[in-house]
Amino acid sequence: MTRRGKRRLQALTLGMLGLGVATALALTAFRDNIVFFYSPSDVIADHINPGRSIRLGGMVEKDSVKRQGDVTEFRVTDTSRTIGVTYRGQLPDLFREGQGVVTEGTLSPDGNFIAREVLAKHDEKYMPPEVASALKRAGEQTHATSTLVEKP
Amino acid sequence: MDDLMTFLAMGGYGVYVWPAYGLTALAFVGMLGWTVVTLKARRREEQGLAAAGRIRRGRREAES
Amino acid sequence: MTTARIPLLHRYANPAVFGRLASQVLPWTTGAAILLLALGLYFALFSSPPDYQQGNSVRIMYVHVPAAIMSEVVYGMMAAAAAAGIIWKHALADLFVKAAAPLGAAFTFICLVAGSLWGKPMWGAWWVWDARLTSELILFFLYLGYLALVDAFDDPQRGLKAGAILVLVGVVDLPIIKFSVDWWNTLHQPASLMTMAGPKVDPSMLLPLILMIGGFTAFFITVVMLRLESELLARRIRAWRTAAGDE
Repeated sequence: MTRRGKRRLQALTLGMLGLGVATALALTAFRDNIVFFYSPSDVIADHINPGRSIRLGGMVEKDSVKRQGDVTEFRVTDTSRTIGVTYRGQLPDLFREGQGVVTEGTLSPDGNFIAREVLAKHDEKYMPPEVASALKRAGEQTHATSTLVEKP
Repeated sequence: MDDLMTFLAMGGYGVYVWPAYGLTALAFVGMLGWTVVTLKARRREEQGLAAAGRIRRGRREAES
Repeated sequence: MTTARIPLLHRYANPAVFGRLASQVLPWTTGAAILLLALGLYFALFSSPPDYQQGNSVRIMYVHVPAAIMSEVVYGMMAAAAAAGIIWKHALADLFVKAAAPLGAAFTFICLVAGSLWGKPMWGAWWVWDARLTSELILFFLYLGYLALVDAFDDPQRGLKAGAILVLVGVVDLPIIKFSVDWWNTLHQPASLMTMAGPKVDPSMLLPLILMIGGFTAFFITVVMLRLESELLARRIRAWRTAAGDE
């Protein structure tokens, strides 16, 4: 390589390193703003004010879904903490007990969450129904959504 | 016929699946078509200029 | 200035020489693209099962995921070529960046729209501003920014150089897209293919996915070579016109 080529390579490497460090710092600084939702543990630990609009995400607790007309009540859990959610409206196709969910709304003073919007989160596993039921029969599939619960 | 309708319905998700594939097909045809049309036009232009260049060079050599 | 560079350029980046090379490779990549896309579509639409959770909407994956992979791979190749162009001043490297950019933009667009069409029925929203979707949208704007910048100068050489710098600055977005689903909580699910424990996709669904990824790749190689030849021709035409103007 020519001497000028070497110099350009060094300058470029330094430039890219600087850029990488700057981006990493910026992303770390804005960490809280990039997070899409809070887990029940986050919500309880951060003492989020009632009335502030936030997203609460986690797993729909098994056997917690109650429907009355177009009002749905369920509990969202991250396995350590659980928050009750009330939602009026249509649920997405993937909304299921034991599956991931992200709800947007506000905390009411009694600690219940009033959701304006419910989004279903799906996991990274793809398989045909027969395989899923075979896995279930074999007892290997304790939780299809184990990765959906965020670390607190 | 019923089989075809079932296939097109995609279990109720046809309205999402088919536009996704349609858009992809359109984008592929667009990428290839635009590229080939431009390439052919440039090949023609280049050949024309090359021929003109040969003529010019030939004339200059004849003059000298 | 431009005319002084031409003799050297013609030796290394002669359209005729490149055209001969391309004509040897192109039949193979074209054949591979047609074969892989045809087989891929057959398996994607007819011969693969619906998903146990998502039903037939999972078939959107077979265009969304290959497009998403291409959007990142093409940008990565452009960044490598942009670096090579800046360091070694190789004419072909700069032109590759320009030839690949519209294709990368198109793949990113397919990824975003197909993803949106998948998100509506499954998630319940066409779009959310989570880290994965936002960083992929930024990638789309990087492509558009490059395309606008590269043609914004009277001297094409300067446009290529400015574009190369933009591509290199934007390369920080690639790891952000890839790891966004691990670094932050997002609505988008984590990786299914490139995981430490191997793919989390059933073999019956992995087959169409791999075929489509191969088809997208072969298609890209085919079209980018045609575009590269086209860019070389455009450059030669420009040089001839400049030379004719000087006489």
